[in-house]
Formats: sequence, structure tokens, C-alpha cells
Amino acid sequence: MSFLASKDDTGPWKGAYASYDLVKELCIAVGVVALLAIVLSVLFSSPDEKPSTVAQWSREEPINFVATATKELDGTSDTAEYGPPYNHNSGSVQHFLFLHPQRWLGVSHPIDTAEDYVIGPLETVPGDPALRSALAEYRAAPEKTQKAWGEAYAKPLEEYETAQEEKKTPPKTVALDASSGAVTVKASGAGPVPALMTGLLSLAQSGGLDGALLTSNQFFQTDYTKPLLFMADGGLLAERAEGDHLLGEQWGMMNETGSYPGQVWLWLYTLWYQVEPIKSSSNADIQVMLIMGLLSLAFICIPFIPGVRDLPRRIPIYRLIWKEHYRAQKSV
Amino acid sequence: MSTVQPPEPTAQTPKPTWTGRVREAAVEALPPEKLLPDSQPTYVASWIYIFGVASIAALIVIVGSGTILALKGPAWWHDTGVGHFFNSVHLWAVELFFFAMVVHLWGKYWMAAWRGGRTRVWITGAITFLVAVPTALTGYVSQQNFDAQWIATQAKDGLNSVGVGAFFNVTNFGQMYSYHVFLLPLAVVGLVAAHVLLVRRHGVVPPFELDRPALATRPPQGGGTPPAVPDGKPPSVTRGVAS
Amino acid sequence: MEHSRVMIVLAAVFNLNHPAHVVEWHFIQLSVANLIVIALMFVVFALAIALPFPGASARTVARRTGEDAK
Repeated sequence: MSFLASKDDTGPWKGAYASYDLVKELCIAVGVVALLAIVLSVLFSSPDEKPSTVAQWSREEPINFVATATKELDGTSDTAEYGPPYNHNSGSVQHFLFLHPQRWLGVSHPIDTAEDYVIGPLETVPGDPALRSALAEYRAAPEKTQKAWGEAYAKPLEEYETAQEEKKTPPKTVALDASSGAVTVKASGAGPVPALMTGLLSLAQSGGLDGALLTSNQFFQTDYTKPLLFMADGGLLAERAEGDHLLGEQWGMMNETGSYPGQVWLWLYTLWYQVEPIKSSSNADIQVMLIMGLLSLAFICIPFIPGVRDLPRRIPIYRLIWKEHYRAQKSV
Repeated sequence: MSTVQPPEPTAQTPKPTWTGRVREAAVEALPPEKLLPDSQPTYVASWIYIFGVASIAALIVIVGSGTILALKGPAWWHDTGVGHFFNSVHLWAVELFFFAMVVHLWGKYWMAAWRGGRTRVWITGAITFLVAVPTALTGYVSQQNFDAQWIATQAKDGLNSVGVGAFFNVTNFGQMYSYHVFLLPLAVVGLVAAHVLLVRRHGVVPPFELDRPALATRPPQGGGTPPAVPDGKPPSVTRGVAS
Repeated sequence: MEHSRVMIVLAAVFNLNHPAHVVEWHFIQLSVANLIVIALMFVVFALAIALPFPGASARTVARRTGEDAK
């Protein structure tokens, strides 16, 4: 590997030294930077858009909430189909050639969407005999029947959401009572699912589902994975994000809410997502991570890369940096 | 009661202690006048040289404002104007940190600052930048606002795709807050310290020689041991002039 | 009431809490704020390498002293 380590004729400096107060320089720098940060804070403050909650979502977009909850129940939501680290499916499992790290690292944060998002929380609701018997009926039924019920209930909701996206007249099979926030879905063969969804919507709108999703295993909890993934499966987060130019195709990785500067250092990470074939690939994330991993390694190893390490000598920006030194040398 | 006298030094060399060895190695690598020199080579004469210390200054402001935020807890900055102000200082200091680091990096690249046995200086600097990126990410997902919700639910896909999501869960606030307040700042500060000590050890890279041919930018063979002191003690120091 | 009004004034002289203006060029989309930061990086770098650094006379003396000593 001789091209990696050939001669570097930079010798030690044998010339003159001049006084340079490093500690004073640091103190001045801290003062200037602190002042700059304070001035910027006084002028512009910082963004703090309130987080979305499941309660808010269920009140502002009850049909989307019910549609998403139905998908969680019958296992067709993004989270339900995701794969590791949440479950053993493969909806969002990525690989690159022979590399399958997502699968190799396994299911470390198991989520059973039907149980965790629907059945479990509903079982904490006291009283309500109609809900209790719906739950009992659902639990007692074989998996095939549960699936058929879920699909029957989901179909009109999917048609409703598609019509909304395409800005067409939505079908009358789904109705929203604006005053109570209740959603009615006309679906035959849905078994106890309508009762479950009515109960879940009511629990969510009262604020009880946010708490139930967070503290299902223990009182003290700092892991927001379940409520976040549930909301991400629905439309509310993405809708807010689009308004703030935070979507992937809006180069959102670099952006901040409002008109604040964001993370400009992520420019190259997000750039790859905008170019084909990565843009439309189902393995886009692993491809970008691998490219950036390689480029990061190359960045660390610039001193060893022929061509890249020689560019500073060939493009003489250094003549500007050391102009005083070269002028002094010339005059001697 | 008899007084125990310390043993008389003998002609034999005493057995070296670990402490003694560490001290001697440290002093040999970085004698005090190299650790804190009060002069620099005369070629250190450009505003580009301040961006390293500007980056450190920004890091100090980040840690300072971050410490106040940590003292008061993660809910404080949502609830009070003062808290929000310190959050703003923390955020702008981060923008200034990355700004200064990038300008510093550009300067060091165009100077080919890895020359003369300074490859480890470049490497520690590059790794610092790369570690600062996830440090910022853990901060963004710890904000407990909409931005945090969005970034966490988006970033999880990239991290899951390479298996990192199995043990680094951006939607787990407790984990992310711990990484952000303690683990990653420790890594960044440690890397910056190593980077600065290496700069003090090897000195600031000298200019390219104008009369030499090109390609004098490669690291020495086999990693090379640089001269312990660039020209020993600085031969002449002009006093009384503030820099 | 007065306290909250003061707090709002202290919050920001310029309110940036509105949707960002975005600059689009071919497939690139950059928010104005980010564009300003990037542009400033280039401007500051250019100024840093172009502008003279204080202490030139002291360095000239140091060089001459170093030359005389040789």
C-alpha cells in the first residue's frame, strides 16, 4: 500500500515565533460566542410547537383515527406490518445485497398492535357491559373470523380516505357526528368491531388512551414508542409536517418548524433520498445509511486518499491563508 | 515510640511506579511550555485560525446552557419564559457550533493540516464532527414537542434499517435524554480534548513550501513518529504585544 | 395579564413561528433560513482567509530577530 504512505516533506518549523495568548483568545471567544447566542435568542427565540396527542388526533380527525385503529386491530397498519424491531413481519424490512442487519438484530421492542392499541386499553374501561361483551366475543372468535370482521369494517373507511385524498365526494357509508365526535360506519359482517371502535374512540377523545398507551406495563415510563408509532400510522403528524416543510421529499431532514434554521449539516444525508434510484427504492434508508457510512469513513481517512489529499496543494487557497508568511519569505 | 524514618535513597534506580510512568510519559509528550505555549509560529497569521477556538467556545456555551436546562428538568423550558430563553441560547449555540466547525474544517482541509505527522489531529477532528451529529439528533428528539415527535418517528426508519434501532430507540425519551445529557457530550468533550492535546503536541501545521513540487501532502510512512517538539523551545518570543 | 404580555415581548423581537419560505432550484429545496446559514458560511470563510490578521508588526519584528540570530 505504498501510495497510502509515501513521503510527506513537511518538516518541523525552524523559524520565528511571535507572542500569542491562547487563554486570552479562548476567553474572548467564549465571550463573543455567548453574546452572539444571547443576541440571537433575544432577536429570534426558538421554536416550540406543541406535541400532538392521541386525544387531539381522535378529536380533530376521528375518521382517520378509527381507520388507523381498525388497521392496528387487523394487523394491516404500517407498525403491524413493519418487522424488526417491533415484530416478525416484513413490511418495512430493508436489506442491501447480503446485508440484512434489521433482521439480524431481531425484535427488541415487541409491539402487538391489536393487543397494545385496541384490546388492552379497552379492557381497562370500567362498566360498559356492551363493550365487555364485544371484547369477549372478539377474543373468543378464531383468527380467520377476527380478520374477516376487521376487513369488513376497514373497507368503507379506506374508500372514505381514498376519496378524501383524491378530493372526490366521500361515500355515505362513513358518517361523522360533528357535535359528539362519534363516527358511524355502515359495514355488514363486521361483528363486534364497530362496538370496539366506538369504545376506543370514546376512550381516546376523553384523554384516557394517551395514558393507557404509556403506562400499560408500569407506572413510571419514559418510552413513548407505542403512542408515537400509533400516531405515525395515522395522518395527523404527516399533515402537520407537510405544513412545516418537514416531509422527506421536501428535504425535511434539514428543516426546523417555523422559519428557523435547521440542521444544515444533514444536507448530504437528505440529498440522496431525492435522487433515483434511491428515491423510489423500498431499501432507500439502508442504501443512504451505507453511502453516508462509507463517505464518513472516507472523510476520516482523507489523509490517506490519493487525489483528495493532494487537492489543497493543487488549488492554492493556502496562498491566501499564508500570504503574510510568503510575502515575508520573498522579501528575505 | 520510635519514629519510622523513610529509607535512604540508594544508588540503585527505584522500581518505577505506574503513577511515575504516566507522569513521565505525559510530561515528555507535553511539557508545560508545549501544553500552554505563549507564542505561535509567525505563519499563524490569519482569521481562519480562530475557528477552532470558536468551536470550543460554542461547545462551552452549549454545555453551560445545557447544564442549566438539565438542572431544571425537561419540562421547564416549555413552562417559563426564562426556561425558553435558555433553550433558545442552547439551540443557537448549537447552530454556531456547527457553523464554526464547518468553517474550521474547510480551513484545515485547504491547509492539508494532516501533514507532518498530524493525521491523528485530522482523524480526531473528523470523528468529533461525526459524533456531534447524533448528539444533536438526541437533543432534537428530547425536546418533547411536535418537532421531537416528527424527527423521532422519521429517524427510526433509517436507524431500524441498519439494525441500530434495535438498541438505540429514538422514540424512547428516557434513553435519548440520557444519551444527550451525558453519554454523547462526554464523547464529544473527550474527543475535543484529545484533538486539542494532539494539536499542542505537534504544533500548528506549517505552510506549504512554495519552491517544492506538489504532492507534499501525504502522511509519513508507517504512521511516523513526529518530532517531539517542533524545534524545541520557541527561540524568540516578542513580549508585550497582545494577539 | 401584564406579566404574560411582557413574557411574549421577551420571547422574540422577530417572530419566526410561521411556515418557512422555501427556495426551489431544480430538485433542490432549501428553506430561506438554511440558505442564509449556508451562504454565511461561505462568506465568513472567504473573509477569514482574505482579511489581514492583527499583530503583523510584532510578527515582522519576531522574524527579523530570528533572522538576526541566525
